[in-house]
Amino acid sequence: MRPVELKKNIYWVGAVDFDIRNFHHYSRAPEGSTYNCYLVRDEKTVLFDTVDAHGYSEMVKHISEITDPESIDYIVCNHLEPDHSGALPRIVRLCKPEKIFCSAMGLKSMTNLYDTTGWPIEVVKDGARLNIGKRNITFLETRMLHWPDSMVSYLEEDRVLISNDAFGQNIASSYRFADECDRSLLLSSMKRYYYNIVLPYSPQVIKTLKRVQDLGIAIDVIAPDHGLIFRTPEDVKFVIDSYAEFAAQKPKLRAVIAYESMWNGTAKMASAVADGLEAEGVPYVLINLQQSHCSDVMAELADSGALILGSATRNNMPMVNMMACIAHVKGLRPQNLVGAAFGTYGWSGEAPKMMAEALAEMKAEVVGEPLKCYFNPKAEDLAKCRELGAQVARALREKCQG
Amino acid sequence: MKHICNVCGYEYDPAVGDPDNGIAAGTAFEDLPDDWTCPVCGASKEEFEAE
Repeated sequence: MRPVELKKNIYWVGAVDFDIRNFHHYSRAPEGSTYNCYLVRDEKTVLFDTVDAHGYSEMVKHISEITDPESIDYIVCNHLEPDHSGALPRIVRLCKPEKIFCSAMGLKSMTNLYDTTGWPIEVVKDGARLNIGKRNITFLETRMLHWPDSMVSYLEEDRVLISNDAFGQNIASSYRFADECDRSLLLSSMKRYYYNIVLPYSPQVIKTLKRVQDLGIAIDVIAPDHGLIFRTPEDVKFVIDSYAEFAAQKPKLRAVIAYESMWNGTAKMASAVADGLEAEGVPYVLINLQQSHCSDVMAELADSGALILGSATRNNMPMVNMMACIAHVKGLRPQNLVGAAFGTYGWSGEAPKMMAEALAEMKAEVVGEPLKCYFNPKAEDLAKCRELGAQVARALREKCQG
Repeated sequence: MKHICNVCGYEYDPAVGDPDNGIAAGTAFEDLPDDWTCPVCGASKEEFEAE
């Protein structure tokens, strides 16, 4: 891997992680990830963000191919989660920067995570500008995109937006630019990332996009801290339009059936619910939570307007993977969903009602009564499942047309 | 009455106020200045809901 120049004297100097699959310990990353950071050479040499601690050597190797790392004057920390700041203590020791910039909330995280004694930290406010020679940088706070400390750095003359976690995707690759990537892989990775990380802050995304528009900021390059960089006018428009679309969460005519079965009864019910959707012409995806991760459910929700939950009742509640799924989905605050719940039971059968309540708490339009069947569903039970699937399909179709 | 920020979950407790930002203990949510924002995430007053 080599450093890559995005524009004159602006370089990618990050680290590529082909191994990672468990991103932040809550989301799968089937394509791996990257920790992007950027070096700008001007009268001042500035490093924007760093990498995860284990990527330190790779980052320093990349910087060294451009300049002596000790020549770095400023470090900008747009966000302090350790995948961007883990290498910070070592690079600070190595290059002894003149200044380290972060937001007010960034300072709180930085001093909490690291021993910052003697570090020349300077807190920048929203809209603050910094001159580094021929270039001026504007810092824009983007609080809750996706942490309180988040900010982005805009290189005014080059029209480069270093966007931190916004517009990221988890893709490990030998290439650095979105226009070098298979389109469907890029889009599916953008969706998985947005739906598992950024989704609850969709109202902030909408406000931020409007603010950028109102400020009239021209952008040639969007350089996020994970994944590929958007460098063509088409791609910059594509990623901004995609974010506007993700944030809007308009209903889509497709259903996710996420289920967890114990003795195969709930699996049979799930298939019958799917048949009901199919009979009404609504595509679906079946996700067995014993095989798939709850973050896969969110990735599929990016293309779906209905979430149907199925679980056997075990000890008076849904099974554990379904409980995890509910917690994960609920925290991400999906909007505009149609929902339904079903499951088998051995002696009590509380799970469908509890799942329906969870969906209602997510403000989903819950269709039908929670459907429970004893142990091994019979033909008449499966007929009820097909009807439930059909009911969801009709409600979803109406919602999509409305 | 306590108020919750819908964006980040911060709770404004009038008994505590927001001393870091010059809001004394005992200040009701309704009496916070219009330009007061959530000390955690910067959300405006409109983003808050009574608990």
